[in-house]
Amino acid sequence: MKQTLFDKIWDAHVVRSIPGGLDVFYIDRHLIHEVTSPQAFDEIEARNLPLFRKDKIVATADHNVPTKNQHLPIQEPLSRLQVDKLTENCNKYGVELFGLGHQNQGIVHVIGPELGITQPGMTIVCGDSHTSTHGAFGAIAFGIGTSQVAQVMASQCLLLSKPKKMRITIDGPLHKGVSAKDLILYVISKLGTGGATGYFVEYAGSAIRSLSMEGRMTVCNMSIEMGARGGMIAPDETTFDYVKGREHAPKGEQWEQALAYWKTLYTEEGATFDKEYFFDASDITPMITFGTNPGMGIPISSSIPVNVPTGEAASFDKSLQYMGFAPGESLIGKEINYVFIGSCTNSRIEDLRIVADFVKGRQKASHVEAIIVPGSKHVEQQAIAEGLDKLLAEAGFELREPGCSACLAMNEDKIPAGAYCVSTSNRNFEGRQGPGSRTLLASPLVAAITAVEGKIVDITQYLN
Amino acid sequence: MEKFEIIQSGAVPLPIENIDTDQIIPARFLKSTSREGFGENLFRDWRYDNSGNPKADFALNNPRYSGQILVAGKNFGCGSSREHAAWAIYDAGFRVVISSYFADIFRGNALNNGLLPLQVSDQMLQRLFEQIEKDPQTELVVNLPEQEFYVPAWDERVTFDIDLYKKECLINGYDDIDFLVSQKEAIEAYESTRPWAY
Ligand code: SF4
Repeated sequence: MKQTLFDKIWDAHVVRSIPGGLDVFYIDRHLIHEVTSPQAFDEIEARNLPLFRKDKIVATADHNVPTKNQHLPIQEPLSRLQVDKLTENCNKYGVELFGLGHQNQGIVHVIGPELGITQPGMTIVCGDSHTSTHGAFGAIAFGIGTSQVAQVMASQCLLLSKPKKMRITIDGPLHKGVSAKDLILYVISKLGTGGATGYFVEYAGSAIRSLSMEGRMTVCNMSIEMGARGGMIAPDETTFDYVKGREHAPKGEQWEQALAYWKTLYTEEGATFDKEYFFDASDITPMITFGTNPGMGIPISSSIPVNVPTGEAASFDKSLQYMGFAPGESLIGKEINYVFIGSCTNSRIEDLRIVADFVKGRQKASHVEAIIVPGSKHVEQQAIAEGLDKLLAEAGFELREPGCSACLAMNEDKIPAGAYCVSTSNRNFEGRQGPGSRTLLASPLVAAITAVEGKIVDITQYLN
Repeated sequence: MEKFEIIQSGAVPLPIENIDTDQIIPARFLKSTSREGFGENLFRDWRYDNSGNPKADFALNNPRYSGQILVAGKNFGCGSSREHAAWAIYDAGFRVVISSYFADIFRGNALNNGLLPLQVSDQMLQRLFEQIEKDPQTELVVNLPEQEFYVPAWDERVTFDIDLYKKECLINGYDDIDFLVSQKEAIEAYESTRPWAY
């Protein structure tokens, strides 16, 4: 039978299948962070187990860290405790840690790829749902709960049933100003937040192929927002060029061996999926969300829908009420007070370049607070090396130190109740960016333009 | 993990769709390094106002409803993978969540913590909401060994699906770690077949 990319990698990682349909599934890389690992370490300790393969675990501090003065002790006692606990556990068990101040520190899904830890053909897990990001390399990568974190620590394996397979094909050229973020917001708006529950998604088609690795990561990152276990893209020259030479990438003889294998990782002609969707890239325009789940997205120039599927009206109304919007309304002209550029979706160097390029010679609106939180120390250093920090500062944007920041507002970077924030992150859930905060998800370009205008505008005027 | 067999209890209705784990337990309450105590902040921002007073119109604050069964709208537990969501629900005294659809990670997390995610059809969910609305004292009997639940008010039995391995684990209070650790030899043998790069 013809195999899909997903089948090939899945089958290569089955240690054994047990009666009842579950597989003992081997994990190549395990990424951990301060929020979802402490209880797992406790579990291991309580059972008096060693870490089965400690050299396959990499740790970083990201969710809870301040984005100012990272060289000073963390002010907030509970955050400090979590970060200290991670350090203590990593030291005790001999796990490699990129803690605060380390040159490799950053958001777990940004550092894996940039250090070459993430490679095609791998299985990668992390106690964080956006682990799907790593699928951009042609890896099976997905988020797990803390009990599973402990399972991987104890055995390097998980007990899983093989998910169903979905392929989403997007063909054709993308319009100017339409980014990977718009593409994925568009797809999620079509499928809905539960549209891919139970499936593992492969993205294909010429529009996907044309994306850079960073764009592909943005797409795979948000797979979870339509319920998918993960998303993936077959590796190609773009992938190999990106991985080559990175700190943890295979070298010399091993590189050649790896490359030969990676080139076998694609979906064969005639292989079948449980579900397929096709989209035309030319239908996609810059997107923004208006509601409280990422499926509630619209082209920025259109209006909030009036008709919603029967049975969903109550949830829809509740959502609009929270956001302070009305059905049929346009978002154009809405005043915005906060702009957040960051998160594992859009905090990489290409995102920062887009923002810096746009704001060069411009000023943010005086009533807007605009913060940019790079995804990692390396991104931050690169931005400084390219002089982006100066361009951003001149335009009134604040470049912070790396972490998850206002993506989930566990640290002090919170959006006040009732305020609107145009955010490049991935979730617009109620209170996600702070109690009562109202989030509108968009691309880095839309976010930058919003900061300058101080309100939502139809960005097409800037595109020529 | 506590053993799960039969639960007979009233139910608390939350007829809202796409309840994400940020609502179940907001991120700012994830700072504990232990598993206990999350129940206090279950549905924090829906349950309490800004000054910490209970909101009277929220089901968990409504004395009409009580029990170990939470009945919630479609696509329950979407969003963040935080297992704290399952811990919080369990910690608040629930043993079963009924919905017509569960997000994958939440379903797995619940099963790993002795909390049964029980999936029913959209129609059945609707009927349950209507029944509980009509009679807040409505009792349900969830029988895991038989894979069915019984609604005395209708004298009706409804079967449900669950993975057989997971069912055994719940009934016996086992978890996957015990099983996976017992597979050490097979895992090592597997590792020896993948000599390079990874
Ligand atoms: S940036 Fe946001 S979505 Fe990404 S890992 Fe951090 S908290 Fe999760």
